[in-house]
Amino acid sequence: MSFKRVVVTGLGALTPVGNDVQTFWKNLVAGVSGAAPITRFDAEKFRTRFACEVKGLDLNDYIPRQEARKMDPFTQYAVIAADEAMKDAGFDLEKLDLDKAGVIWGSGIGGLKTFEDEVINFSEGGRNPRFNPFFIPKMIADSASGVISIRYGFRGPTFITVSACASSTNALIDAYNYIRLGMMNVCISGGSEAAVTNAGVGGFNALKALSERNDSPETASRPYDKDRDGFVLGEGGAALILEEYEHAKARGAKIYAEMIGAGMTSDAYHITAPHPEGHGAYMVMKNALADAGIKPEDVDYINTHGTSTPIGDPQEIKAIERMFGDAAYNLNISSTKSMTGHLLGGAGAIEAAACILAIQDQVVPPTINHFTDDPEINPRLNLTFNKAQQRTVNIALSNTFGFGGHNASVIFKKLED
Amino acid sequence: MSEIAERVKQIIVEKLGVEESEVTPEASFTNDLGADSLDTVELIMEFEKEFNISIPDDQAENIGTVGQAITYLEENVK
Repeated sequence: MSFKRVVVTGLGALTPVGNDVQTFWKNLVAGVSGAAPITRFDAEKFRTRFACEVKGLDLNDYIPRQEARKMDPFTQYAVIAADEAMKDAGFDLEKLDLDKAGVIWGSGIGGLKTFEDEVINFSEGGRNPRFNPFFIPKMIADSASGVISIRYGFRGPTFITVSACASSTNALIDAYNYIRLGMMNVCISGGSEAAVTNAGVGGFNALKALSERNDSPETASRPYDKDRDGFVLGEGGAALILEEYEHAKARGAKIYAEMIGAGMTSDAYHITAPHPEGHGAYMVMKNALADAGIKPEDVDYINTHGTSTPIGDPQEIKAIERMFGDAAYNLNISSTKSMTGHLLGGAGAIEAAACILAIQDQVVPPTINHFTDDPEINPRLNLTFNKAQQRTVNIALSNTFGFGGHNASVIFKKLED
Repeated sequence: MSEIAERVKQIIVEKLGVEESEVTPEASFTNDLGADSLDTVELIMEFEKEFNISIPDDQAENIGTVGQAITYLEENVK
């Protein structure tokens, strides 16, 4: 049995650097930081008091208030991104086989704010067990896929993938696999996160995972810089419409790129720390290249996990050097987290979108905030520091790694008939 | 209209996103105002919070219209 081909026919994005795809991409290429002091809650007592929040969002422009209040912010973000992607894909829903249309979404945490609010309410209400009836359906992570499925009447497979910061890459991989197996024609995939809350910031602070550069939020996310001190929490999400190639061609769809391969591995090492030799990171790229049937020298761009943590960044780079050998020097490598911050379960989706747009526009978005070289990072590698670079981008690979030791990579290619 | 009735109406308008003119005493939460069973549970909780009382479940089951809510609260809120 031969696999079907899978293409990307719609994009949606709601991010700290732009509330739609066009603004997101324009600002990524321009090297704009999305970091600023936290407005979602009073962070005065927290070690980290800044984040990459979604800005200037008037929910009423997107979702009727009565519906929005029954959704956690991570679901609101999912719906907004999915709506943009669906509009972009331009389906005639009357003609679509809804039984072969799915929604596979990723979120690392789910409804953290809903959980937090309800527990505070319980605690402050004299521990009276009067929980809001919408507490559970708002909080559970699968609510994003459920809400989107109901919104569009998609009756095929709908669920959420959870693998921490690899969650939405796993969602894309599941969507890709089900479409290439012929189990679906169309899937709304992607991921979202809304963890800029007391518990989100406090929890990651306790792990010493976040940058504490409060005096300069916009330069805090500095992957591969010698003075990086942790990641910057981001929020938002992105949606990709994945579609079976013949299905897309038959309806005359605009095709952004083809998804040609994916890899998944685990470190089997530690619940938060990456494998010291980056073995899982090496293997996941190796598996993805093998799945795509391409050679290391075929890849033009790698959008790295690159979170700006002291330990994580060099290990991924070493894995890239081991995997790509001399071909590593012809790559453009960048971490767009330098601008967007780390969207956790939403990261894979927005970074896949960045790869696809890099292929469309033949430009690689930069790793901003590079001030001082790190002796641990090979200076011969092109990490696309500080300024976007024009180049041929035929094939782009995106890496994401999550707590728990989950590694996932996806590869996109410019469409060829 | 009593002060309680006015506050009940406001809660219903706010929670169910309906027009004030629709919130008549005969209006049923589920049949006329578009609420599902979860919305109804949430409404009861809002009444409890607003009027600082506890409505037992067996009583709450009998509150299905705007008028029934107003009557119950007028009789039970001190």
